[in-house]
Amino acid sequence: MELTRRNAMIMGAGVLVTFGLPMSATAAGEDQIAAFTGGAEMGDSGITLTAPEIAENGNTVPIEVSAPGAAEIMVLALGNPTPSVATFKFGPLAASQDASTRIRLAGTQEVVAIAKMADGSFAKASSTVKVTIGGCGG
Amino acid sequence: MISRRDFLQTSMAATAILGASSYGEWGRLAAQQALTQDQLLQFETFGNVSLIHVTDIHAQMKPIFFREPSINIGVGDNKGHVPHVTGADFRKLYGIEDGSPSHYALTSGDFTALAKGYGRVGGLDRVATVINAIRAERPDALLLDGGDTWHGSYTCYHTEGQDMVNVMNALGPDAMTFHWEFTLGSERVNEIVEGLPFAALGQNIFDAEWDEPAELFPPYKFFERGGVKIAVIGQAFPYMPIANPGWMFPEYAFGIRDEHMQEMVNEVRSQGAELVVCLSHNGFDVDKKMAGIVTGIDVILSGHTHDALPEPVLVGDTIIVASGSNGKFVSRVDLDVRDGRMMGFRHKLIPIFSDVIAPDAEMSALIDEQRAPYLDQLSEVIGQTDSLLYRRGNFNGTWDDLICDALISEREADIALSPGVRWGPSILPGQGITREDIWNVTSMTYGAAYRTGMTGEFLHVVLEDVADNLFNPDPYYQQGGDMVRTGGLGYRIDITKPQGSRITDLVLLKTGEAIDPAKTYQVAGWASVNEGTEGPMIWDVVENHIRNRGTVSVDPNNSVQVVGA
Repeated sequence: MELTRRNAMIMGAGVLVTFGLPMSATAAGEDQIAAFTGGAEMGDSGITLTAPEIAENGNTVPIEVSAPGAAEIMVLALGNPTPSVATFKFGPLAASQDASTRIRLAGTQEVVAIAKMADGSFAKASSTVKVTIGGCGG
Repeated sequence: MISRRDFLQTSMAATAILGASSYGEWGRLAAQQALTQDQLLQFETFGNVSLIHVTDIHAQMKPIFFREPSINIGVGDNKGHVPHVTGADFRKLYGIEDGSPSHYALTSGDFTALAKGYGRVGGLDRVATVINAIRAERPDALLLDGGDTWHGSYTCYHTEGQDMVNVMNALGPDAMTFHWEFTLGSERVNEIVEGLPFAALGQNIFDAEWDEPAELFPPYKFFERGGVKIAVIGQAFPYMPIANPGWMFPEYAFGIRDEHMQEMVNEVRSQGAELVVCLSHNGFDVDKKMAGIVTGIDVILSGHTHDALPEPVLVGDTIIVASGSNGKFVSRVDLDVRDGRMMGFRHKLIPIFSDVIAPDAEMSALIDEQRAPYLDQLSEVIGQTDSLLYRRGNFNGTWDDLICDALISEREADIALSPGVRWGPSILPGQGITREDIWNVTSMTYGAAYRTGMTGEFLHVVLEDVADNLFNPDPYYQQGGDMVRTGGLGYRIDITKPQGSRITDLVLLKTGEAIDPAKTYQVAGWASVNEGTEGPMIWDVVENHIRNRGTVSVDPNNSVQVVGA
């Protein structure tokens, strides 16, 4: 198919409808966090989530999580229809407890990473990733 | 509550008072040579290192007029802080006398009268004179170019940036970083960068596929100057594939990447850097935030948002220097670096008054050589203007009002959209508008003027999206452009609201009716970041419009009501 202006605009329009406004978190995400932590308190240190502030392409957003000493790290995109992204499990012989992947975001939203530490405690990091139509850069 | 109308009335009142008391005086100031090259260059050499910063030249090789913005609203922590202070408030803040050279160079008020007195600014042959003078005092001064250099003019477009490459190579920078350069397309950028006789830096320029630092753009370079080991770290514009067409450079990814910046600072410090300079195209507010997060940077040379500040801004131990745009300023920063740290600085933002600073003859010849093949095209007068034509301002500028008028009339549209870019010189009332002038405010590699149907709801989403790029309280979520300019469409904006509820009261100006979310309107615009956009080139649309009118004038624009500033 030849990409005409009309098609480009239609595609742009289709994308916009979903990108337009920040996606609010769904109950599904909260449920998954509760299931993972068993409702335990979460600290905010010991885990780093690296994500772009504004996504260059909402369909493939590179993220990286790191939590030294973690047994598991769960990543959620709270605004996606299906918030679950991945849960990384680290065995006792793992040299480091970090992972990187690319995720698809339905729109501007909060990405959350929760680490379950070896001692059973939890730590949480979050980052807002904006998905925008762009243009108009000075 | 300050409405757009209040802004206009305030600025007009100021103009009237100043104009009445001293109109005509300033013309004589320059004529009497009250201002001299020696005064502009006067600087007591300090310490052991000199940095020279130029940025956002946008291919302006010749002297131009450039009006600074009268509306530049800061949000969040930056509300009321420079560079979000304009006009009389700016002059008061820095103790600048009304009608003085600094008034003309740094602020917007009474621009036309002052421009007639003080004349044009910029010109790379004048910039060369200033750089040579600094080098005469400090032969090993570092010259650093903040980018947006190979974009923005008729000759730059037609030579794919070669004119600027030739001229800048003669100026001899030591390093450069990037933004609009990438809109030449990655193939052309790679070709130029491979042949550059200086460092092309960008710690945040990554390979898009592997998410690893791009080989062609090293993160930093070491220099040994004045017995000091200096590391210059590059920071390209973070949001290139978002603000500009990413399909033109799909191999590259960017982003702020302040964690990687910290790693680079740590790396150069561990290799013995005594002075760490960040050559940045982040934009001022992003640089300010980054300076508060990344530790160990001594100097940030800030570009992108085109701010010109007479003094550096301090964040912790970091000084941030903003050097304007379009060749209008050169910053000189002298530093005293001892025992592995910066002990003090002396700074001057040098305005390039082109009637005061003598052009460097060799550079003049080189510039003319670049322009010679195109002179007939450049100099053709298309029409006249009765109004001052300028671009800068958060919501509109008269140049964009004219461009929107052209889009509506030439493309038979209800509504026009024009991108909120910050480049583009000004034209005085009574001046002829040449083809070069039109290209100076429209030239780009994706200039097709589209025409398409958009629903009222879609228009609202577009305005909300762009507004958040400007007024998100967190600078890291801003892209550094101004608000998309609208023609034929009025709206109210409350900048304190979150995305989705800032924009209300959309009105179709030609009928005065409220915009219906379900109704489709014919919209003409340009600079779409979508691949395959079709339409005549915007410079042709504007040229036809001006030619048809003969003489253009732009009425005051009261179509945007601003709340919460």
